[in-house]
Amino acid sequence: MAHEHKLEIFRGLLKFKSNTQKIWGVLIFLTLVTIVEVGLGIAKPAALTHSHFLGMKVLNWIFIILTLVKAYYIAWDFMHLRDEKSSLRRAIVWTPIFLVAYLIFILLFEADYIYHVYTDGFVKWNF
Amino acid sequence: MDSTVTTGTEENVWGGGNQPLGASYGKLMMWFFLVSDALTFSGFLAAYGFSRFKFIETWPIADEVFTHVPFFHGNYPMYYVAFMTFILIMSSVTMVLAVDAGHKLQKTKVIWFMFLTIIGGAIFVGSQAWEWATFIKGDYGALETKGGRILQFVSADSGERMAIRDFAEPLPSERVNHEKKNGVWYYQGETLPSYSLNEIVEGVKSNSNVLIRTELINEDGHKTVLTRDETMKKLNDAVLVVEGANLVHNEYGSRLFADFFFFITGFHGFHVFSGVIINCIIFFNVILGTYERRGHYEMVEKVGLYWHFVDLVWVFVFTFFYLV
Repeated sequence: MAHEHKLEIFRGLLKFKSNTQKIWGVLIFLTLVTIVEVGLGIAKPAALTHSHFLGMKVLNWIFIILTLVKAYYIAWDFMHLRDEKSSLRRAIVWTPIFLVAYLIFILLFEADYIYHVYTDGFVKWNF
Repeated sequence: MDSTVTTGTEENVWGGGNQPLGASYGKLMMWFFLVSDALTFSGFLAAYGFSRFKFIETWPIADEVFTHVPFFHGNYPMYYVAFMTFILIMSSVTMVLAVDAGHKLQKTKVIWFMFLTIIGGAIFVGSQAWEWATFIKGDYGALETKGGRILQFVSADSGERMAIRDFAEPLPSERVNHEKKNGVWYYQGETLPSYSLNEIVEGVKSNSNVLIRTELINEDGHKTVLTRDETMKKLNDAVLVVEGANLVHNEYGSRLFADFFFFITGFHGFHVFSGVIINCIIFFNVILGTYERRGHYEMVEKVGLYWHFVDLVWVFVFTFFYLV
């Protein structure tokens, strides 16, 4: 069991007095991020839905980045990876990241190819 | 028996007392499980992404699918899912607080925080069941074409969605629901939709306000609405009335959307459900004083890891099903 708690988040910008206090601080942060996500999801600002980056709407990129931010704080502070040895942390985090990034890369490229077969090829599917 | 007894003198590097990576055996195994489970969920979500990119122009818009809040009528996209997300994060917080209290060996605090965690989990599972029920029951109803595409209806005046019950012409019907009391050879009858295809076709013909909305998403990110002429033409393609969603038909659009929704949120809901059960077991163990006698509350920490993982997965499911 890790008895020592690291009480700094945001790279030391915010330092809490106790572990309990840090938990509430992280909750507030996660709630804020969720509120921003839902707000953007309902408002759908045209500036973000009409601009694209790497073939995806900027709004969707924002959602995905905010999700990864949330995932980071859940894993680091709720699952207290922050307090574990860095070797354990790296084994846990980088293994899935590598495999998932590879899987997403091949699957999405293949799906895009099939999409073009459907739209440009001689396949009638919308009847 | 001898081999299972650990004595103090054997607690050295070669005697089994060593902890690789500074984590105990149980905790390390929990992490093994969580990493493999994370890969399973990633596989599902990546498959979802695959299907979505394949049908990128016709995929249902989540805001239009999940618009209900219990006890309220009207159109409230996403509010309820946001509430569910908050409940799950909140129950994660009470779980960390329970783990924290466990480190300090404060039994009463652990009991109360575990209790709150279980309540939060139960509310979440209940909400998900309600979400499923609403999704299965359906909202407006739609027609399905021979090619399996979905035709929905909008009002020409307001642009609002129209339910099939709003305009269908009741016709004297030749078919009634086949019930057990009417047939000697009854096994089961196919359930009839509330309105037959003919009744809906007649309804569209006699009601010039009704337009068909196809699955195709236009440049503004809205579904394409046909003109009245195109509507009348498209009507000939319809072969089936669809109400609600199941694994084969889906009134909201692409049937794959319903399949993935049931599969991924179902798998996640099952994780939450088992999490609640495991939390209950640990909760009673804490009350009975098992960990008090053991001298440490590491079990609470281990189920805590599982519980946070469930929360972590939901964050991703929330993004990919409801936001993106």
